[in-house]
Amino acid sequence: MKRAECIQALYPELEDIIVVTIMGACAQELHDLGHRDNFFYLQHAMGLASSIGIGLAMNLPDEKVVVMDGDGSVLMNLGTLATMARHRPPNLTHIIFDNGSLLSTGGFASHTTSGITDLAAMASGAGISNVSLTRTPFEFIEAVEDSFDRNELSVIVAKVEAVGPDHFGMDFHLSENAFRFARWIRDKNKN
Amino acid sequence: MTVSRDNSLAVYEGIKATGVRLLTTLPETWLLYLLQLAEDDPVMCLIEVAKEEEAIGIASGAYFSGTPNILLLQNHGFLASINGIVSLALLYKIPLCMLIANRGHYGEPYPWHTQGGIVTEPVLGALNIPYHHARDPKTVARQIQDALTLSESALSPVALLLERELMED
Repeated sequence: MKRAECIQALYPELEDIIVVTIMGACAQELHDLGHRDNFFYLQHAMGLASSIGIGLAMNLPDEKVVVMDGDGSVLMNLGTLATMARHRPPNLTHIIFDNGSLLSTGGFASHTTSGITDLAAMASGAGISNVSLTRTPFEFIEAVEDSFDRNELSVIVAKVEAVGPDHFGMDFHLSENAFRFARWIRDKNKN
Repeated sequence: MTVSRDNSLAVYEGIKATGVRLLTTLPETWLLYLLQLAEDDPVMCLIEVAKEEEAIGIASGAYFSGTPNILLLQNHGFLASINGIVSLALLYKIPLCMLIANRGHYGEPYPWHTQGGIVTEPVLGALNIPYHHARDPKTVARQIQDALTLSESALSPVALLLERELMED
């Protein structure tokens, strides 16, 4: 399956959900479906999208937080799985799109290529109990909906093809994204 | 060398006086009593990380959520967090209030701390991160408040270096 298919299937569910994505293809594919101020695209600092998600989820217990991560980014911050397991924010859904490739930086093979490294097993080994491995858009959406329903920290590894968009670019500055994201959260949680 | 219990309490009281109720940290010796105080305090949320760069992400998420927060790090943890500080906090204009145990400088008996101690201030300077030294338990509370205030108004990382004179008896 393609990551873009997964994101497209998930997009209608994200209207009121706080979303943090990693850089590059993943950010672009979500953005191109229609930007919303509840989406934050971490265009650098690889590995920290999930850490931002932990900070958001632990401080906004009434909100759902979705992190769209990738194999290359998770491999740069494996400790995040243990930190997540230790603090266990129930409202955090951590999606890892695993394409076995550092696609946005030239398509080099990542450590997960050909199944050498199993990120789902690493998440389980870190102590996260609700981990799923999905290979079709249907399985993917089912796993995400299940994570929303059960209100339990979830890691969903989605095996996807190493393909991305044919263009990159967004019509706003990075700090503008951050400011509007913070404001969206502030406005929603005013009362 | 013994870590100062009294001055750790002064730092902790300074943190509490700011109203901050969220600390992100990776434990280290000089922070021992400080972190014990936080752990035993039912109103304080303490998020321990596996490596300090995570704390930059968590503090950023907390900021987005509208939650004032403080990071407690050793200087080597600060050095391990540089990419997060540069490519998240500085790039996106996110405030970070960092209390940094400044190991490895004057008076340091342990060789393994020394290289980090010697480069910490030049690195802070190179990143254009404002910093002060905290040496006196009588003024540390004011310094913590000032660091937090500046980080929030400048939307920038700000550091307060917890020095040997303060953290050791």
